[in-house]
Amino acid sequence: MSQTSAKAKQPVNITNWILDHAMILIILAMAIYVEIRRPQFFGVASLMNIVNLTAARLPMALGVAGCIILAGTDLSGGRVAGLTAFLSAILLQKAGVSNRFLEGGNPWFVPAVILVVMVVGGCVGTLNGFCMGKFKLHPFIVTLATQLITYGIYLTVSNSKQISSLDPSYTTNFVTRPLFRIGTTAVPVYVLLAIILTALMWVIWNKTTFGKNMFAVGSNEEAARVSGVNVLLTIMGVFIMAGALYGYTGFIEGARIGTSSPSLGLNYESDAISAVVIGGVSFVGGTGKISGVILGVFMMQLIMSSMTFLGISGNVTYIIKGAVILVACILDMRKYRQKK
Amino acid sequence: MDNQNVLLRMEGISKYFPGVKALDHAQLTVRAGTVHALMGENGAGKSTLMKCLFGIYSKDEGHIYLDGKEINFKTSREALDNGVAMVHQELNQALKRNVMDNIWLGRYPKIKGLPIVSEKQMYEDTMAVFKELDVNVDPKMIMGKMPVSQRQMVEIAKAVSFNSRIIVLDEPTSSLTETEVEHLFRIINMLRDRGCGIIYISHKMDEILRISDEVTIMRDGQYIATHAAKDLTKAEIIRLMVGREMTNQFPPKLKTASTEDILRVEGLTAMYSQLQDVSFSMKKGEILGVAGLDGSGRTELLENIFGAATRKSGRLYKDGKEIRNRTPKEAIANGFALVTEERRATGIFGILSIRENTVISSLKNYLSGLLLQEKKMIKSTDDMIQAMRIKTPSQKTQIRSLSGGNQQKVIFGRWILTSPDILLLDEPTRGIDVGAKYEIYQLIQDLAKSGKSVIMVSSEMPELLGVCTRILVMSGGRLAGEVDADNTSQEEIMTLAAKYV
Repeated sequence: MSQTSAKAKQPVNITNWILDHAMILIILAMAIYVEIRRPQFFGVASLMNIVNLTAARLPMALGVAGCIILAGTDLSGGRVAGLTAFLSAILLQKAGVSNRFLEGGNPWFVPAVILVVMVVGGCVGTLNGFCMGKFKLHPFIVTLATQLITYGIYLTVSNSKQISSLDPSYTTNFVTRPLFRIGTTAVPVYVLLAIILTALMWVIWNKTTFGKNMFAVGSNEEAARVSGVNVLLTIMGVFIMAGALYGYTGFIEGARIGTSSPSLGLNYESDAISAVVIGGVSFVGGTGKISGVILGVFMMQLIMSSMTFLGISGNVTYIIKGAVILVACILDMRKYRQKK
Repeated sequence: MDNQNVLLRMEGISKYFPGVKALDHAQLTVRAGTVHALMGENGAGKSTLMKCLFGIYSKDEGHIYLDGKEINFKTSREALDNGVAMVHQELNQALKRNVMDNIWLGRYPKIKGLPIVSEKQMYEDTMAVFKELDVNVDPKMIMGKMPVSQRQMVEIAKAVSFNSRIIVLDEPTSSLTETEVEHLFRIINMLRDRGCGIIYISHKMDEILRISDEVTIMRDGQYIATHAAKDLTKAEIIRLMVGREMTNQFPPKLKTASTEDILRVEGLTAMYSQLQDVSFSMKKGEILGVAGLDGSGRTELLENIFGAATRKSGRLYKDGKEIRNRTPKEAIANGFALVTEERRATGIFGILSIRENTVISSLKNYLSGLLLQEKKMIKSTDDMIQAMRIKTPSQKTQIRSLSGGNQQKVIFGRWILTSPDILLLDEPTRGIDVGAKYEIYQLIQDLAKSGKSVIMVSSEMPELLGVCTRILVMSGGRLAGEVDADNTSQEEIMTLAAKYV
C-alpha cells in the first residue's frame, strides 16, 4: 500500500542527540569532575562499591519499572523492603543471644527465608494489583495506602525494635564473603544473584506472553482487552512480581546493613523510581528496557557516590535527587510531545 | 428472505443502560458470502448490537445463533476464538509496540515446549497474512509511527488472521484515501468469495450501495428493515433511517451581503507541518469551504490561523490591519473561534454540565470582582440553548449524555458567547446524524446572516457544495485552487485535491 502522508522527517542533529542523552551526559560529566577533584573516584575499589550498591538496589528498580510500564507507579516498595528486612532479621537472628526477638529459636534455612520474604512482598503486590485492576483505582492512591498499611504492620509487630546480632549464614555469606575478587576488592554473592535476577527479568519482559501483554496493557489497555488479553491478571502479575522483588531487596538490605530498624527502606521507592526514569522507562507507559533500568540504577548510585566523595551533606542529596527526577521527566516528555 | 446459508442470526436482542433502552428487540441475519451493511443514525444502536455480539456488553434479552448453534460470548477472546472478529471504529492499538506484536496480541505463538514467544513464527505468520491481503507494511514497524490508514489495514489484517467467519468493520473508511478504499474493497470481496459474512457499518451511502449485498436499517435501538442493496436508493435509506422524507439536505444559501474583505492571509507557512505558502482572502458574512484529502493540510491551515500551531512565516490581516495570532488566546481576543475536529478529544468536557461547557470560553463576561455570577451564566446558557435549539433536559446535564449533534451545538454556543467575527469550523458535522446535520447547516447560515464569517473544513464534498459560497482546495499542504461552489463539480474538486499529491 502506498505511503499516504509524507510526514516531515525529524532531522537527526547534534542538539537532538544531546538532549536525548542529556541526563546520562550530565551524570558522566559530574563523575569526571569528581575524579578530577578526588582522584580515587575511578579506582577499582570505588567503582566496585558503586557496582555493589547497584546490585543491591536493582531488584527494586526492576520491580517498579514494570509498574511504570503499565503507565502506573508503585510507592509501596520502600516499606515492603523495611518489613521484609525485619522478617529476615528475626528469622535469621543468632541463636541464644539475649533479647532474641523470637525467644529460644534457631536461625532458619536461608533459602526458606528468601521464599518467605518474596511471598510477603507478593501479597502486598497482590493487593495493589487487585485494587487497580478490579476497582480501577489510581496506582498512586492504592500504593500510597498499602505503603502506610505495610509500615503500620511492621511498626506494630516489631514494636519499633531494632534487630541486630544476625546469623553469619545471612550477613557474612551474602555480604562480606567474596564470591571472587577483582584485585583486592571482593565481589559478594548478592551481585551474582542480582545478575541472575536481571537475566530472568529480561526473558520475562521480552520473551514471554506475560511480558508482551504487560507492554501492550501499558500502551493501550483497551486494545489489549479486546484482543483477548486478561488485563486484570496482567496487572496483578506485574505488581506481584514487583512486590516479590521488593521483598528480596529487603532481605539483601537487612544483610548489608546488619540491623533492621524502622528507618530501613525509607525513600527506597523514590530512589528506584528516579533510577528507572533516568533509564528511559517512560511514565507515558508501554516503553522501557532492562538495559535502561540497569543504567539508571548505576547512574543513580554514581550520583550518590559522587556526593560522598565530595563530602556533600546528606541533606543536599535530597535536593539533587529531586532535581534529577524533574530533569529526567522533562527530557523524557520531550520525545512524546507533538509539536504543532 | 430465504434461510439459506445463514451464518449469524441475532433475534430479539435488548440491552438496557441506566435510564435508556439502547436496544429494543433488535435483529440481524447475516448470510455466508455476503456483505451486510448495518445502517442507522448515531445512537440507533448499531455499535451496541455489535458489542453484544462481540462479548463487550452482555445482552439483557434475545438469542444469538452462529451456524445454527446458540452462542453467548462473555469476552472478546471467546468471540475471536469462535470466528467472530471486529475492527473497531476507534482503532484500539498498542501504539508503542510493533505491528506483529499488535496482530498476535492475546495469542502469541510459543516456541514448542517453552513459555517463550517465538518472534520468528510471529514474523512469518504476519508476512503470510500481509502477502495474502497485498498489504505492504513492515511487521517490525512501531505502530505509532505509521499513518492512520496503514494502521487501519493492520487492524483488518488482524481480523483476517483469526480466520474469522464473521468480520465486523465499524466505519473502516473514515481515514482512508480513495486508493486505499479500493484496496479495502478488494480485500472485502476476497473475504466474501471465501464465504465470510461481513458486517459493514458506515455512514457513507455511496460505499454502502457499492459494496454491500444486503442492508439492515436500525432506528432508536429497533430493527426497521432489511433489503437487498440493489433495491435501495440513497433517498430510500435516509427515509428509513430518519423515519421521514429528506427532500432538502441543505438549507437555502444566503447571498453574501458585504463586499469588504474581513480576512486576508498571505503566504502562510507552518513550522512543524507541511502547510506551505497559502494565501487567500474572505469577505464579511462569507461561508468559505476548505476541501482536500486527509493530510492535505486543511486542519493545519485552521490551526495556523488560530495560533494553535507554530507559524514559520506569513501574514494575517483582519479588516485591513495586520494581526499576529501567536496563541489561541490572542486569536480569541482578535475575534476568532475554532471548533475542533475531534469533538470528544478536544471539544467537550465530558463530565461537566451543559452550563460549564457553554460558559468556559467567556468566563470574564460573568465576573463581578473576583467571583463569577451564577445568574449571568445561567442566563447566557439559556440564551444559547434557545438560539442553538439544543435539546437537553437541563443545564446541569452532563454533556457526554447528549447526542453528537447536540454536543456540537453546545460548542457552537460556547464560541458565539465570545462574540467572534470569524468562526473556524473543522469537520463541524463529523459523526452527527443526518437529521441533526441539517440543523448545524442552518446554524451556519444563520451565523453568516448575522454578519459573521465562517471557514469550514469538511471531508464531505456534497456538504461543502451545499453550504459554502466558495471552496478552497488544499493538496499536499498547498493551496491547489479555488472554486465557486455553485459552478463546480465534485470531479473538479477531486482533480485539484490530487494536484500536489
